[in-house]
Amino acid sequence: MSQLCSLSLAETRAGLDAGEFSSLEVTCAYLERIEALNPGLGAYLLVTDELAKEQARAADKRIAAGSAGPLTGVPIALKDVLATRGIRTTCASRMLSEFVPPYDAFVVERLREAGAVFLGKANMDEFAMGSSNENSAFYPVRNPWDLDRVPGGSSGGSAAAVAADLAVAALGSDTGGSIRQPAALCGTVGLKPTYGRVSRYGLVAFASSLDQIGPITKTVRDAATLLGAIAGHDPRDSTSLSLAPEDFESGFGRSIAGLRIGVPVEYFAAGLDPRVESAVMDAIALFADLGAEPVRVSLPHTRYALSTYYLLAPAEASSNLARFHGVRYGLRVEDDDVDAMMSRTRGAGFGAEVKRRIMLGTYALSAGYYDAFYLKAQKARTLIRADFDQAFEQCDLLLAATSPTTAFELGERSDDPLSMYLSDVLTIPANIAGLPAMSIPCGFAEGLPVGMQLIGGELQEGTLLQAANAFERAAHVAHRAPARAV
Amino acid sequence: MAKDFYTVIGLEVHAQLLTASKMFCSCRADVADLEPNTAVCPVCLGLPGVLPVANRAAVEMTLRTGLALGCEIADATKWDRKNYSYPDLVKWYQISQYDLPLCLGGQLEVAGPDGEPRRIGITRVHLEEDTARMIHDRDPDGLERSLVDVNRSGIPLMEIVSEPDMDSPELAGSYLRELRDILVHLEVSSGEMQEGAFRCDANISIWPMGQPMGNSKVEIKNMNSFRAVQRALAFEEKRQRQVWEETGSPPVQETRGWSEARGQTLSQRVKEDAHDYRYFPDPDLPPLHVAGEIVQRLRSQMPPLPRQIRTELAEVEIVGADADQLISDRALLAFFQEARALYPDARRLANRVLNELVQHLRAEGSSLADGRVTAGGLVELLELEDAGRISVRMAAEILKEMVVSGRSAADLASQMGEQISDADALGGIVREVIAANPQAVADFRAGKKQAAGFLVGQVMKATRGKANPGMVNREIAAELAQ
Repeated sequence: MSQLCSLSLAETRAGLDAGEFSSLEVTCAYLERIEALNPGLGAYLLVTDELAKEQARAADKRIAAGSAGPLTGVPIALKDVLATRGIRTTCASRMLSEFVPPYDAFVVERLREAGAVFLGKANMDEFAMGSSNENSAFYPVRNPWDLDRVPGGSSGGSAAAVAADLAVAALGSDTGGSIRQPAALCGTVGLKPTYGRVSRYGLVAFASSLDQIGPITKTVRDAATLLGAIAGHDPRDSTSLSLAPEDFESGFGRSIAGLRIGVPVEYFAAGLDPRVESAVMDAIALFADLGAEPVRVSLPHTRYALSTYYLLAPAEASSNLARFHGVRYGLRVEDDDVDAMMSRTRGAGFGAEVKRRIMLGTYALSAGYYDAFYLKAQKARTLIRADFDQAFEQCDLLLAATSPTTAFELGERSDDPLSMYLSDVLTIPANIAGLPAMSIPCGFAEGLPVGMQLIGGELQEGTLLQAANAFERAAHVAHRAPARAV
Repeated sequence: MAKDFYTVIGLEVHAQLLTASKMFCSCRADVADLEPNTAVCPVCLGLPGVLPVANRAAVEMTLRTGLALGCEIADATKWDRKNYSYPDLVKWYQISQYDLPLCLGGQLEVAGPDGEPRRIGITRVHLEEDTARMIHDRDPDGLERSLVDVNRSGIPLMEIVSEPDMDSPELAGSYLRELRDILVHLEVSSGEMQEGAFRCDANISIWPMGQPMGNSKVEIKNMNSFRAVQRALAFEEKRQRQVWEETGSPPVQETRGWSEARGQTLSQRVKEDAHDYRYFPDPDLPPLHVAGEIVQRLRSQMPPLPRQIRTELAEVEIVGADADQLISDRALLAFFQEARALYPDARRLANRVLNELVQHLRAEGSSLADGRVTAGGLVELLELEDAGRISVRMAAEILKEMVVSGRSAADLASQMGEQISDADALGGIVREVIAANPQAVADFRAGKKQAAGFLVGQVMKATRGKANPGMVNREIAAELAQ
């Protein structure tokens, strides 16, 4: 049955529609594989096997009735930052270790309606803060390509699950690279949509002005399918854009000749692993072979992106995470005095990285520091956005590495927050500018996957996916599960 | 206040808005009669992952208030997070407006203690969300406990900040009442202080004459009636004067709570520095642009405001306490205005409404909303009286009965028997009374003119009040003159 789990979303759907296998069979195959491999990988925090089987049976009926949609019967993993009604949602934090939301996130509602099967909740860095998944309060996730290495973060569980064939596809969230960087390190496709494309309702907020939910998949086509299922206006999210439904696969198979691919010089700077650089240069050459036109562009304010991000994101986080105080839900550490209760609850409930960011953010917003930090970062944000606007006058999309390095070893950077923060240096600018960006596999370096990042102009997901699809087919980098993990 | 010190008072008013739903979610906003924690949802509970959506009606109510107060309406405004940690604040931040309030600068004209008009500046009017409510009591074992009722969390709350333009507790009271009346007439607030739907915090300081006003001030909280605000300010004025006289310097800047029971303000916390609320723009809510057409529409839909109504009432000689009473009770005013359209003598109408109807209603514990007495019904009563079909005394009785039973004036009048205005019938009764009271007749003729009054009274008694008093007077006079 294991080969059922190596199918892409499109292949799974085709098999279901052709009656080659049932959703229950695929679901059980995944559940068996999860049972066997998850203890070693740590990709899931919760496996919802009963629910999955129930959803699979319902999907099979729907398929039999001929009313299946593009996700009906497809087993999917959900990052544990997405609220799931009646299903524990922990954000990989002790603070919420027993929290069961009475509501679904918008995207979860959408997937339920589409008839998807929920395999479980994927592990992550606590409250989506981290780049290695070592900040999970429960256990780390291991990279399926090398179990001594990290899968990236913060959507490390989602990426590892898809890479190791423990889910057909997964949803992650991306605040500074949390979909793309683990997708790159695990050899999967990951897409962060334009800010506002996907409703954030029910996504436990890390940094509200940067957070977006997106797909992690085995193929580019699967990413387009999953994005199509979760995109759309939601009146409950005031930052959600009101857009007509879009077919994200409309450009697939069409030539990309003449597509101008911007190569930002600032993204090929010191710190970029030469093996990663070489894989990305090969990808640029392949795009040129396909008729695209590489163009040198400059994004001069890139060097301010990391510090801008580490002021804005923690500032928002310090306020977003204030609600976890034990008065009404979540962890509570009792004390006779209510202030002491709240203080002890937060002391016990949050991990070190979360506390670090709350302190950074509180500081950046404090009287006397606000202008020098938060306000200045907002100004830098405007400049970084303007860089992209100018670049997109010269090109249709941007191409760079997703992560400066391939997967690093567990513990390698965990004592050095700054070097950990550098893992996201190439992905952060797209969040700051609210632009769509994706990571697709573009090769291997010493047995570890290398990811290439495509960044598009606002709402240009279609262009990104078209280019990525063309590359994927030409480069023959169709998904394969790492042999070592299986 | 003696002339050696001057007083500086500024007021901050928080009014819950009369919207159907809460500020950022669809829970009902009128939670007054509900069990604790029943009008709540993931948004107003502050559960993780949920998002606010601004209430358009609340924004429009705030804009209407701003227009009524002559404020400048911002065309671009935004929402900010005010961060502080308290168990009644579910998210540990309140969505409010910091540096770009919806309405900025305005003024309110009120009558000063001497009757002269005074202008009080309005600094700003902005919109925010109310917090949950803390209840401190004892559990069944008698141990102290604190409970949180989240029903109040997220109710739209409008804050109106005045300039420190008031120089006496009396003037502050006038400002507060006038402001309350305006909000009630705009139908944006119930104006109820006791229920906490309309709250007031006061800032007060006093300074020696001739010395400029300094920065320190005392903030007073916990005043839950208009009277309490005035009493607390008067107490504080006296206390601060004592401090000046004893120490020669201004009182320490602090927050004090008004104790109704003790009739004094008590120190709550000393403010060393302004609290750092770490305000920043709420990333969950896009900036708000107020379209000019919306302001135009709201301006054109502005109802008559207390000042205008006061002028109109003065034109029909309804002034002072009578005007105040009508303006402060919208239902009563509406009733009055409805009756006024049917009946020409406004003064006579006002007397009936304010002196009699209101007292009967109060005695019965009922209100105009019961609908037992309608404007048309009251006018019918007045017309019966004007036509001479019922006496003043009967009219009073009938009105009382109308309030109790809801029956019509005509119905009650015919039941009681209409007034006896038939000269023949009355003449007979008058002659009988005169025959039965020779002593009174003798007294009258001996020069005791008040004996005629006695005889009139006897006629009224004999007719159980139904006799037309004017005719009785004339008939008695005619008989005695013979």
